[in-house]
Amino acid sequence: MKMIHSLFLINCSGDIFLEKHWKSVVSQSVCDYFFEAQEKAADVENVPPVISTPHHYLISIYRDKLFFVSVIQTEVPPLFVIEFLHRVADTFQDYFGECSEAAIKDNVVIVYELLEEMLDNGFPLATESNILKELIKPPTILRSVVNSITGSSNVGDTLPTGQLSNIPWRRAGVKYTNNEAYFDVIEEIDAIIDKSGSTVFAEIQGVIDACIKLSGMPDLSLSFMNPRLLDDVSFHPCIRFKRWESERVLSFIPPDGNFRLISYRVSSQNLVAIPVYVKHSISFKENSSCGRFDITIGPKQNMGKTIEGITVTVHMPKVVLNMNLTPTQGSYTFDPVTKVLTWDVGKITPQKLPSLKGLVNLQSGAPKPEENPSLNIQFKIQQLAISGLKVNRLDMYGEKYKPFKGVKYVTKAGKFQVRT
Amino acid sequence: MDSLGLMDNLELKRYLVYLHLMNYAKSQPDMAMMAVNTFVKDCEDPNPLIRALAVRTMGCIRVDKITEYLCEPLRKCLKDEDPYVRKTAAVCVAKLHDINAQLVEDQGFLDTLKDLISDSNPMVVANAVAALSEIAESHPSSNLLDLNPQSINKLLTALNECTEWGQIFILDCLANYTPKDDREAQSICERVTPRLSHANSAVVLSAVKVLMKFMEMLSKDLDYYGTLLKKLAPPLVTLLSAEPELQYVALRNINLIVQKRPEILKHEMKVFFVKYNDPIYVKLEKLDIMIRLASQANIAQVLAELKEYATEVDVDFVRKAVRAIGRCAIKVEQSAERCVSTLLNLIQTKVNYVVQEAIVVIKDIFHKYPNKYESVIATLCENLDSLDEPEARAAMIWIVGEYAERIDNADELLESFLEGFHDESTQVQLQLLTAIVKLFLKKPTETQELVQQVLSLATQDSDNPDLRDRGYIYWRLLSTDPVAAKEVVLAEKPLISEETDLIEPTLLDELICYIGTLASVYHKPPSAFVEGGRGVVHKSLPPRTASNESTESPETAPAGAPPGEQPDVIPAQGDLLGDLLNLDLGPPVSGPPLATSSVQMGAVDLLGGGLDSLMGDEPEGIGGTNFVAPTTAAAPANLGAPIGSGLSDLFDLTSGVGTLSGSYVAPKAVWLPAMKAKGLEISGTFTRQVASISMDLQLTNKALQVMTDFAIQFNRNSFGLAPAAPLQVHAPLSPNQTVEISLPLSTVGSVMKMEPLNNLQVAVKNNIDVFYFSTLYPLHILFVEDGKMDRQMFLATWKDIPNENEAQFQIRDCPLNAEAASSKLQSSNIFTVAKRNVEGQDMLYQSLKLTNGIWVLAELRIQPGNPSCTVRAPAPATPRPWSLLSLPGQGLALVEDVVQASLQAWLEPQSVLSLGRTFLESFQLNPVKLPR
Repeated sequence: MKMIHSLFLINCSGDIFLEKHWKSVVSQSVCDYFFEAQEKAADVENVPPVISTPHHYLISIYRDKLFFVSVIQTEVPPLFVIEFLHRVADTFQDYFGECSEAAIKDNVVIVYELLEEMLDNGFPLATESNILKELIKPPTILRSVVNSITGSSNVGDTLPTGQLSNIPWRRAGVKYTNNEAYFDVIEEIDAIIDKSGSTVFAEIQGVIDACIKLSGMPDLSLSFMNPRLLDDVSFHPCIRFKRWESERVLSFIPPDGNFRLISYRVSSQNLVAIPVYVKHSISFKENSSCGRFDITIGPKQNMGKTIEGITVTVHMPKVVLNMNLTPTQGSYTFDPVTKVLTWDVGKITPQKLPSLKGLVNLQSGAPKPEENPSLNIQFKIQQLAISGLKVNRLDMYGEKYKPFKGVKYVTKAGKFQVRT
Repeated sequence: MDSLGLMDNLELKRYLVYLHLMNYAKSQPDMAMMAVNTFVKDCEDPNPLIRALAVRTMGCIRVDKITEYLCEPLRKCLKDEDPYVRKTAAVCVAKLHDINAQLVEDQGFLDTLKDLISDSNPMVVANAVAALSEIAESHPSSNLLDLNPQSINKLLTALNECTEWGQIFILDCLANYTPKDDREAQSICERVTPRLSHANSAVVLSAVKVLMKFMEMLSKDLDYYGTLLKKLAPPLVTLLSAEPELQYVALRNINLIVQKRPEILKHEMKVFFVKYNDPIYVKLEKLDIMIRLASQANIAQVLAELKEYATEVDVDFVRKAVRAIGRCAIKVEQSAERCVSTLLNLIQTKVNYVVQEAIVVIKDIFHKYPNKYESVIATLCENLDSLDEPEARAAMIWIVGEYAERIDNADELLESFLEGFHDESTQVQLQLLTAIVKLFLKKPTETQELVQQVLSLATQDSDNPDLRDRGYIYWRLLSTDPVAAKEVVLAEKPLISEETDLIEPTLLDELICYIGTLASVYHKPPSAFVEGGRGVVHKSLPPRTASNESTESPETAPAGAPPGEQPDVIPAQGDLLGDLLNLDLGPPVSGPPLATSSVQMGAVDLLGGGLDSLMGDEPEGIGGTNFVAPTTAAAPANLGAPIGSGLSDLFDLTSGVGTLSGSYVAPKAVWLPAMKAKGLEISGTFTRQVASISMDLQLTNKALQVMTDFAIQFNRNSFGLAPAAPLQVHAPLSPNQTVEISLPLSTVGSVMKMEPLNNLQVAVKNNIDVFYFSTLYPLHILFVEDGKMDRQMFLATWKDIPNENEAQFQIRDCPLNAEAASSKLQSSNIFTVAKRNVEGQDMLYQSLKLTNGIWVLAELRIQPGNPSCTVRAPAPATPRPWSLLSLPGQGLALVEDVVQASLQAWLEPQSVLSLGRTFLESFQLNPVKLPR
């Protein structure tokens, strides 16, 4: 269970810009195996997450253009390590607003303090953001100025008493002047649509993110109009599973601040509504250096709501040199290096459907491409949870004040792919 | 909130100092030494956080001199009133153990740690479990985590309340426990199931491991079993919507799970459809699982997807997709035609690597469905020139050779390859050699020159020994006996299996116990790759045990056959009379019809003779140590010598493995003593020589009168053994004369289940009277020569057999190595299908077929240096195979009886008497599903 021996942070150009060792120092040269795999993978996203080397295993994640590479020496559950690494990245994100090389380098002291607190000799120690924040304060401009003048540090002024509590996710003595509880129901549609427009695969990945700013120790109950939709759910540890099992009510003492309450999946067995359709005609002529490109987007099962924020991304075949297109709305770019066409459409007005038409220039002499590019669609629908999930009510026990409550719904495209 | 006065906070300063000490102690041990007093003092601090911090820091200072001073404070902290301190101290024990294991043991910290498993605070429990697991890793044999129902209960309670990381430690620990019966297994499963909804995927997968393992113990008839199956699917699918790294690990594990229990995800095919922006490592894994889940019901969808993938950009992925189409064709027969036409379409694209990959898989399709799709050969031949990969070239050459008679210009095609013979890879050279020889055998007139050319290229100009050898073999065959050559070269090909890349069943079971670990990602047992293989204990799935004797699970032994008792060879008198009345040889005799001693001799024969000798190779060992006769009626002493000779016979035979030698023949034993049969003494044995069974009899006339008019008849028996010819005693048998007769036996007689299964009741008549005796025939005479199961079929069959039908036996004192055992067994038609070495243990996978078509599969584990080996063999759940046999006049009831009896014998290894017996019993009473 000496889970992680060492951790290396590596950027996309292959520089190791931070290393942390929990027990003994493992030479940086162990990362050569990682670089080797990286080279083989061609694309950064394709580096295998588990790599074996003669004396160690390297388990890595790729987050925000950074590789978190951990060095493992004994048999250990890889998911344990991967989950933990993601937690580290989440914590950086939480502390610095972004998980980037610059942010990590700017806050290198905090980073080391965090890593030291999160893992104790291989045992995860404090991974809850609120416990960490009691101990190690996130940087603020004021504080860093003060610190640099006074020579003081980021370490908080109290010991992390939350660690002693039975509900480690909530710190004690929380106080707000405005007590608020907001819930965002966010659903993403993952789908594969075939050339003819029929659905090959579709499912909804939903989450309910909460932003809770309530004083004291509130005990909340969140109920739904149609809880039966939720048959495949993952819960935040604060949720009382038994209540859910028996009454289909989410009952919990919330962490303070932002957190993911549940995530759920509505599978393809239930009918998943597909809010947009794409008409497309992409063809390349044999023995000629051009082709035609023509796509139109229209609304389908959009429940009467406006579809907005539409972006179409297409990975064109390698032999495409350039594209000469005319959009009826929005703007497009084509990157001749990565061969990625991006069309920023905006929103659909049913009266005049957006389309993008024009010519494709191919490398002359090259055979006509065999593969048909897939269209990757992004969109957003406000005030709609496409599965139909609806929050019924939120009740609070344990505290006397009246909180302000709010629920927001949004549906987005997840991995939404149209084959041509 | 943060005032500048905070630095007055002494506690906090201490905290900071500690953090730095942890990091710098190693480089400055003397400095650390100075801090010891502070630690000791701080362990008494009124603030629990400071106490915990002190104990945490102590453990991180890896300086030997200091550790001794830490014991007392640590001991106090382990019993601290505050759970946070106890929890931190528990981890500290593991740290200390890593620095100085002896110290930790001497100080009794391990016991204290064990006590903490029953702590009232869930986090303390979780950390104690984690610490103990880590320590146990370096002491595989120690019973550190000796779990009992009480401690399991504690763990399950803690499971609900501790942190996500603690839950993983506890679940992994639970997975090592073996519940005492199915009820306990079910109650643990019920309490673990809520973990499947945890947001942390590592918790989910650890819970899946516990459930997959404990499910083994549940009867499939239970409603709960079905509920559990249903509950497992959603969390597994949910893992696939996580980050790609998590998906990858999940997919590797799902790959194991669908091999073990395909029913869990059989309706979830679509979630494995590949998205074009999945990372390649996810794509390849998804594809693999799609093939495993492919069935007639979903094949259309799968094929449509695969076709789509075959036009993607990534070369590796496209290749695998094309290969997958071929696998579909082979797996789902109904889809073969569509697969072939899809492949042809792909060949038309002329994309080089697609064409080559397609040709490789089409070769397999030809192999599986001969004479069905040959119309496509012309299309294939068009692409001959574009093939530049050895595998594709070899496949194409195979096709040309195989269908030489239908390809007009086969000789030209092959000749074109021959030009650059020496530049080809070995694979292609070998294939070319074989193909041209095939061509020659099919069209001898036109191709003589070609065959000469290739043979000389292979034998004279090549320095590859394999190629030369193959060349010489063909050459000699062709020059000495062209007819034989034809039989050899153009022999019918063994069937290609449906499933490829299946993990061997034993390994699969082991890997199921390692779900979620690195082993599950690499699909290798941990010992195979963890540094040094230290501390690795073999894990295996728990056997199914019913809590309640009255459950109708088939393995519950019916009452009435107390274990440890020799099966009753002598039937009750009435039974025998009744049965033998059917023999119609004459009036039944009064008085005891059976001679006890003769019966014993039958048993002796089984025990001492044929069976032992199959495995044993020390003659003394058999008559002496291994032979445990239940009664003393037949003196083992008289067995010594003949058995010895039997053994040497066996040894002679082993030298001729693979030839058509017969199996071992036991020395003759007295079946019917003279005093019981009015002067007629019958002794005999059974032999099997090249597919024919005979009963070798020796009749001695010890009476004073001449004996004539001999006749023999068998009662109905389990395997339908019957005389294939009348008993021919040509001259009358005068007093004191002995005659030897070999009576050929057939297996087409009437079938009736006997107890024991190999009991044979015989009636012999002469001019004086009718005599009855019964004997046990050695089962290996029923093992047919074509009992070697195809490797893939073996895997598939083994996998199909439910685990609860498996039995294990230890054979003691069997100092054979794998080679010797294998060849010895083969001489008795027990064939080695596959062999594998796992950490120095040889695993032999054996198959044999009985005359009635029943297959028996077994796994034999042999540890070098350990004179015992383990036999593990499964028996089928349903009596189906028996019902497929011709059982004239017998209903299904009988069939079930037989299976019941065999299962019962399986479960009572105590009743098995000795080594040889055990071994054979494991084959004997073990009908197995017939291959479809």
